[in-house]
Amino acid sequence: MQILLSYAPAYPEMLLAVGAMVLLMIGAFSDDNAHTGAFVSWLAVALMLAAGGLILMQPEGTQHPFEQAFVVDQFARFMKLLILGGSAVAMILSFDFLRNKGLLKFEYPILLMLATIGMMMMVSANDLISLYLGLELQSLSLYVLASFQRENVRSSEAGLKYFVLGALSSGMLLYGASLVYGFAGTTGFSEIANVAKVQSGAANIGLIVGLVFMLVGLAFKISAVPFHMWTPDVYQGAPTPVTALFAAAPKLAAMGLLMRVLGGACPGLEQQWQQVIWFIAIASMLLGAFAAIGQTNIKRLMAYSSIGHVGFALVGLAAGTQEGAQGVLVYLLIYLVMTLGTFACILAMRRGDEMIEDIDQLAGLAQNNLMMAFILGMLMFSLAGIPPLAGFWAKVYVFWPAVQAGLYPLAVIGVIASVIGAYYYLRIVKIMFFDEPREKFVPISANLGFVMGAALIFIFAFALPQLGGPIIDAASAAAKSLRL
Amino acid sequence: MTVETSPILSIVTFLPLLGALFIAFLPATPGGDRNARHTALYTTIFTFAISLLIWINFDTRTPDFQFVEDVAWIGPFRYKMGVDGISMLFVILTTFLMPLCILASWESVTKRVKEYMIAFLVLETLMIGVFCALDLMLFYLFFEAGLIPMFLIIGVWGGNRRVYASFKFFLYTLLGSVLMLLAMFAMATTAGTTDIPTLIQVGSTKFSPDMQWWLWLAFFASFAVKMPMWPVHTWLPDAHVEAPTAGSVILAGILLKMGGYGFLRFSLPMFPAASMDLAPFVFTLSVIAIVYTSLVALAQQDIKKLIAYSSVAHMGFVTMGIFTFQQQGIDGAIFQMLSHGIVSAALFLCVGIVYDRMHTREIAAYGGLADRMPVYAAVFMVFTMANVGLPGTSGFVGEFLTLLSAFKANTWVAFFATTGVILSAAYALYLYRRVVFGALEKPSLKAIADMNSREIAIMAPLVILTILLGFYPALLLDVMAVSVKQLVMNFETALAQSTAAVAQ
Repeated sequence: MQILLSYAPAYPEMLLAVGAMVLLMIGAFSDDNAHTGAFVSWLAVALMLAAGGLILMQPEGTQHPFEQAFVVDQFARFMKLLILGGSAVAMILSFDFLRNKGLLKFEYPILLMLATIGMMMMVSANDLISLYLGLELQSLSLYVLASFQRENVRSSEAGLKYFVLGALSSGMLLYGASLVYGFAGTTGFSEIANVAKVQSGAANIGLIVGLVFMLVGLAFKISAVPFHMWTPDVYQGAPTPVTALFAAAPKLAAMGLLMRVLGGACPGLEQQWQQVIWFIAIASMLLGAFAAIGQTNIKRLMAYSSIGHVGFALVGLAAGTQEGAQGVLVYLLIYLVMTLGTFACILAMRRGDEMIEDIDQLAGLAQNNLMMAFILGMLMFSLAGIPPLAGFWAKVYVFWPAVQAGLYPLAVIGVIASVIGAYYYLRIVKIMFFDEPREKFVPISANLGFVMGAALIFIFAFALPQLGGPIIDAASAAAKSLRL
Repeated sequence: MTVETSPILSIVTFLPLLGALFIAFLPATPGGDRNARHTALYTTIFTFAISLLIWINFDTRTPDFQFVEDVAWIGPFRYKMGVDGISMLFVILTTFLMPLCILASWESVTKRVKEYMIAFLVLETLMIGVFCALDLMLFYLFFEAGLIPMFLIIGVWGGNRRVYASFKFFLYTLLGSVLMLLAMFAMATTAGTTDIPTLIQVGSTKFSPDMQWWLWLAFFASFAVKMPMWPVHTWLPDAHVEAPTAGSVILAGILLKMGGYGFLRFSLPMFPAASMDLAPFVFTLSVIAIVYTSLVALAQQDIKKLIAYSSVAHMGFVTMGIFTFQQQGIDGAIFQMLSHGIVSAALFLCVGIVYDRMHTREIAAYGGLADRMPVYAAVFMVFTMANVGLPGTSGFVGEFLTLLSAFKANTWVAFFATTGVILSAAYALYLYRRVVFGALEKPSLKAIADMNSREIAIMAPLVILTILLGFYPALLLDVMAVSVKQLVMNFETALAQSTAAVAQ
């Protein structure tokens, strides 16, 4: 009993893990049809919401269950809520697509849940071992999800590509972790921090090389340049709702893990890792801005867009301050909502049974379906960072700490990249509003409409103190507990 | 509750938004278009009426911000609104021009009327907000958000090259603004506040001269593009030519004034040392703008393009006047902006009237309109003269004051700028002659009708104001006098302090 109580901080993960197994049993012993799939999927959504409720009920403060291998603090709770929200919404977005393709099977929600548990473990990791376990649980589930549409060549290719490159990055991360372990003599983050903090820490070449290898592995997961190559292909090939998931929750989890490693395990090495983050932030922002211009496939465009946004989020991290960390968290939250809203619109691009991915097919949408065009248009303006929409506030909260930290070149390059990036977002608005209309899409389903509407309200209402204020306060508390 | 204690600025700012929301929920029937038009018109007229309350209750004896509203907003930012003698008149100008814009689009806009009216009402909210905002982030929000409706207005309802023009407009202005945003972060970091009145008080002491330079340049990047100053003016002719008539009116009438307003609100009071150092630079650009764009205007074949270039030239007088740092010059600059807001708006409306009939803006397609359109010829004449700066029209006062002040500051600047006055007479009269005078030879013009009562109703208040302000400029000058005086005094004190600091 005592042991069970000491696991209290990990109840949300345990609920999901046990729930996933129960759902697996339900799925395995029921008829293999879409009805079972839908039932299990909704149960999965309910379980994720319940896990979110459990997190909200947890007391404030930091706990270290499982012999310090796990840490549950405000930061972990903030990120977990985002991850759960992202996964649940990605599940809701999946129904129509999967039903349409005859893929609404019970394995899908279960894999999604397992991936979610992995992500939650990642942001709570306080040890290199638990870090790796969480990361692999997430990755393996996602590899399968990417190739879920298995009779489709592109989907299989995406899964394979993701697997091979993901395995490579895991290898690098493991190698880095082994170096860190070798030179610090421990796998616990707190102990590594103690080694890094002492004066000779900066001179500890082995530790720094290990850290750089770990950064490479993590840069793969957040698809930061120059480790982004897999992103466009995988985003394009994977089934669209899976792409929506990829762009949202796993990216957040990897970002959270990156912040945890840098903030929790490497205080005293700011000088060293800031240079790395500085470089990949600039490279990601610029590549995201330039490479997206020529895209004609909207999923591919969103891949480059997400690369760019990772770069912007890293600007806050490069500042290396608590305000910077707060900015990253605000950015991730807003990015999550914008991305899911945009993918809801992409999933609504359907004529008959055929999914439309060509950007030109959006032509004149404003005259066929003004509401959808308006929502997608505002999401584009928000992604471009135009006030008063939420995307603007996201940029404010990462660029301000960068200016505070005196990173002027980074900030200037960043805002210029955002102007270049605005071009391709505007192009979508132009196609929808200025061009002559084409054939209509099928009517929007309730699930997609709900997500689109919620995203629209969010990006407008963020500028109100009633919504933006509490979010920023929560992000601030989370950043404080990270002790960056 | 009296006007002074009521949140009147917020009401005036957000009333059009309310109207836009109302229109959004109107049913999309053929009658819906008519309802949208009427709702928009009544909303803008009502907003104008309420904004007049601001003017009536405005105390012209104090340079302080009035009707201040101040509540906590997101994070460290505050929702703070207020007007002084400089900004109040721009609020009135905005609310005054909006009903005319709606009326001007009454018949010429026939497709997607609902969206059009919504875009304009949203734009009005954002423009008023720019002039009322007293927090850096609030200002930036209004300043930048206006790009969205304007992008759609040019792109959806514009002319043939509307896509190119809308992109150019958007990206040009955005590039200037994001640098200003970074400068705002730097200011907030150094001064520890985003409150504009506080920054006006302490800005010059908190920011070192080096920092002022960088901040000044970043703000300049934004305001110079908005203004627009030579050589970053090239978006303006494109945007003007392709925008629908009402869009051009808003661009010329109000959006261009945000640049000048920004110089007065930020650059001068907050970075006095840098403003002083860089004044010759601004003078040079202003004089080039006045002379060069006037010459370019002479060569135009397109009426709207000609007026667009003349706008750039007139804005040259504004920047010149502002950077003389004298009461006369700044008074003149503000007056010039307000007058230009009326006159150029009226000129674009004049173009719109013949464009609606002939669907061409080529000067060569017209000629001899005086025969068939006597009323139009008379109205167009008034505004042509005001554009030239004829004494007795509002155009004269601003040009005269800025030139007078420039003469005191730097004789050569005044000398070259005055040639602009001659050139403006050349291109404006040349345009007038080609369009209105001469024999009515074109067969297509044989049946052209004179202005109808709706068009006369639009033009009448503009004609009256142009002449009234020409004879009685004190109507506006008295309102701004105390605030401008305070601005000049603060500037001189700050400059003396920083010179003393350097001497030590």
